[in-house]
Amino acid sequence: MSHEPALSTGAIGVEAVSMTKRFGDFTALDEVTLNVRPGTFHALLGENGAGKSTLVKCIMGFYHATEGGLLVDGHEAFVRDPVDAQKLGLGMVYQHFTLVPALTGAENLLISRADAPGVINWRAENARLEAFLDKMPFRVPLDRPTSRLAAGEKQKLEILKQLYLGSRFLILDEPTSVLTPAEADEVLGHVRALCEAGEISVLMITHKFREVTQFADDVSVLRRGKLTGSGPVSDLSHDDMAQMMMGHQPERKEINRTQTKGDTVLSLRGARASDRSGLKSIDIEALDVAAGEILGIAGVSGNGQTELMEMLTGQRRLLGGEIRVKDQPYGASRAEATALKVRYLPEEPLQNACASRMSVAENLAFRLFDHGADGRPKLWKNTRQILDNAKARIAEFNVKTTSPHSPIAALSGGNVQRAVLARELTGDVDLLIVANPCFGLDFAAVAAIRGRILEARNKGVAVLLISEDLDEILELSDRIVVMSEGRIAFETAAATADTAEIGTYMAGHA
Amino acid sequence: MSDTTATQTPPMGALLARWLPRAEALLIPLAALLCGLAVFSLFLLTLGKSPIDFYALIYKAGFSTAFSWQNTLSRVAPLLFAGLCVALPARLGLVVIGGEGAIVLGGLAAAVLGLAVVGAPPVIGFVVMAAGAALMGGLWIGAVGWLRFKRGVNETIASLLMAYIAIALMNHLVEGLFRDPQSLNKPSTAPLPEALRVGDMPIGIDVHWGFAFGVLACVISWVLMDRTTIGFAARIAGDNVRAAQVQGLPVGKLIIGFTALGGACAGLAGFFEVSAIHGSANGSLISGYGYTGILVAFLARHNPLAIIPVATLLAGFEASSGLIQRRMDLPDATILVMEGIVFVVLLLSETLYGRLAIFNPTFWEKKA
Ligand SMILES: Nc1ncnc2c1ncn2[C@@H]1O[C@H](COP(=O)(O)OP(=O)(O)OP(=O)(O)O)[C@@H](O)[C@H]1O
Ligand SMILES: [Mg+2]
Repeated sequence: MSHEPALSTGAIGVEAVSMTKRFGDFTALDEVTLNVRPGTFHALLGENGAGKSTLVKCIMGFYHATEGGLLVDGHEAFVRDPVDAQKLGLGMVYQHFTLVPALTGAENLLISRADAPGVINWRAENARLEAFLDKMPFRVPLDRPTSRLAAGEKQKLEILKQLYLGSRFLILDEPTSVLTPAEADEVLGHVRALCEAGEISVLMITHKFREVTQFADDVSVLRRGKLTGSGPVSDLSHDDMAQMMMGHQPERKEINRTQTKGDTVLSLRGARASDRSGLKSIDIEALDVAAGEILGIAGVSGNGQTELMEMLTGQRRLLGGEIRVKDQPYGASRAEATALKVRYLPEEPLQNACASRMSVAENLAFRLFDHGADGRPKLWKNTRQILDNAKARIAEFNVKTTSPHSPIAALSGGNVQRAVLARELTGDVDLLIVANPCFGLDFAAVAAIRGRILEARNKGVAVLLISEDLDEILELSDRIVVMSEGRIAFETAAATADTAEIGTYMAGHA
Repeated sequence: MSDTTATQTPPMGALLARWLPRAEALLIPLAALLCGLAVFSLFLLTLGKSPIDFYALIYKAGFSTAFSWQNTLSRVAPLLFAGLCVALPARLGLVVIGGEGAIVLGGLAAAVLGLAVVGAPPVIGFVVMAAGAALMGGLWIGAVGWLRFKRGVNETIASLLMAYIAIALMNHLVEGLFRDPQSLNKPSTAPLPEALRVGDMPIGIDVHWGFAFGVLACVISWVLMDRTTIGFAARIAGDNVRAAQVQGLPVGKLIIGFTALGGACAGLAGFFEVSAIHGSANGSLISGYGYTGILVAFLARHNPLAIIPVATLLAGFEASSGLIQRRMDLPDATILVMEGIVFVVLLLSETLYGRLAIFNPTFWEKKA
């Protein structure tokens, strides 16, 4: 049977009717009604943990609503599982990636089809995929394992996959967190065009007001599981939306920079390693970060940032050169990291910095479980201390969790981020290495976390900030370097930075 | 956004969140065991045998009288150690199934070392034999961990293949270098002197000290896994290697350490088999305890304390094998068929975790 991909037969409307979802005695969704009209672009706003992902997972049959129903195309629908949803023409791009890492992009697309053939005629399929890609607004290399793709490329592939499956109603859970603003505009522009052409309807979860105003027709806002507002975007200002999200006007707390730049803490000299594909190399001639300074590394995803992070965390072997911290050779062992007070916040913390089957409390204890306050190794695990620490961190960083004993994987995306930051920023820190810290956070949390990072800087911590969000780099950094093709391509002081110039180096055109 | 009332949980929810996973870990394997036995009953029916008679015989031969308990308990020790050989590496997410090899080589090491220290005070003799057996087993399975960490070799396959090598090696040495010329139809090492034979515990029935040491090993392993920072670090590495690496945890040392420790336990099983049961190393060491240990560990969900009752139950099954053979005219391997069926059902039941509504707090919430 031949399969002609991506020919949806027109947008369908979806309405969630008075949906309630409880996890234990925690009500994640409280009688939420939301109507996405056919062919419209609907934005869903809400703080971290407001229940946005829960709502869309109920629509997709990933969770089953405790109460309430669903109308698809005007008919009552019972979605038992995501396969059912796909049959109804509902498709979703999840907040966390769902690609099979070991398979190539092409293989991922193919196996996602419900009618995936038992024997694959690759020549024919590749030709069809090419034809499909030609009609698509953007491309992704389909010939390599997706584990080798950077976050941005993976996200694009996730969207492509849904279009390939012919979804007529598309849910996007924070699709642009991993894209540069230009990429995001491009992708959303194309999605919007598909809406206007009447091909699909879209429900997009986002934290970015700009995207709401620019692309959405309607917006709904959730707050602690309840619908607090809904209506055409044109009627609402950003402040109105913020008010609905928070229940009050957001207060802007400016943190001043204090002049504290001190001695060099981190320095890389001629540090080389191979990249994920093993074909190219990462080559950092010279990179220094001083105490009390934030060095921002800008760059389009996939230009060696992930590898650099791995070099710094000891996960990627150096082929040459060296990494020094406070003028001592640094190999990222636990003893070194503890003694030199180095902490990490890797991107996608659930995958890179958490043990998902362990509890929130246990995950919060990773930095302190094996040594006492005096730094001496400890043999006995202190369950009391682990729990007390968890309660303190949860309160201090406002982590929303049913209980410290819940598995960390049950937390909302933003709360996982907060939990990891809470863990890494507690105690004495001299060097903080951060990658995409605000991926998927609501604006209040973004402000809080950026505030924490600035605060740390003001206290004299050396901060290395790797981020694909140029606005974030510009806001936080004292000094900016651009990473392109595995090398440092450009350096400038943040105060005199020229965005356009940075952009050209990021694009690799300079 | 700092209003925390929404995040506070009534004690009921916290209790459920804590205890439901434990109930799940207990009830699912139990149900799998019962289902496996039910399937096996069907198998017996097709042979024209009565399942009721079969299970009655197991009870009779394994658990009814002091004598049958003696029969059972004397088989528990190797199952405890063999179970640990699976459960300890499992903490790091490794599936090691070649404990049999470490048992066999541990037993051989104990027999050879025992003969080398004949005449020394028994305490020293025992310590040398046990240490040698543990070291041998530890090196053998530790090598599997090393291959895994350094070379990415699949530990399941490596350990199984190494078990075959171990058995061949033992046969070769027992038939050659270490053969006692007096052992005519069953090549063996020379018999250990009476002073180097582990005796029975003073509890009225004839159960050797291996049982006590096996239980002790389980308790120590539990403490190591559950109460120490090392066990905690191992859990992190077993759950997410990347996170463990970012934390700078010594993943390689943990992998090699836990596999070696598991191997050492299996080696001790060999020591007790030689010193308490056989009196010398010979083909009888290849008894399949290493493989039954896999079933023990999986039924116990790799919890060292749960290994104790599970090993006892399976030892009872194995103890009844002879009686079943005689009374019901079934082959010796029938018990193996039963164990195999239980194992398959158990592996199938792994897919149930997190899917059954009764283990979800929501279920009880609605009732309340
Ligand atoms: N499987 C689960 N078990 C228990 N609680 C859960 C589960 N899934 C979500 N929750 C809780 O429900 C609440 C809503 O989570 P949800 O993932 O829907 O948030 P969100 O609005 O998508 O937030 P974010 O912007 O951080 O992604 C959170 O407090 C979360 O801890
Ligand atoms: Mg979410």
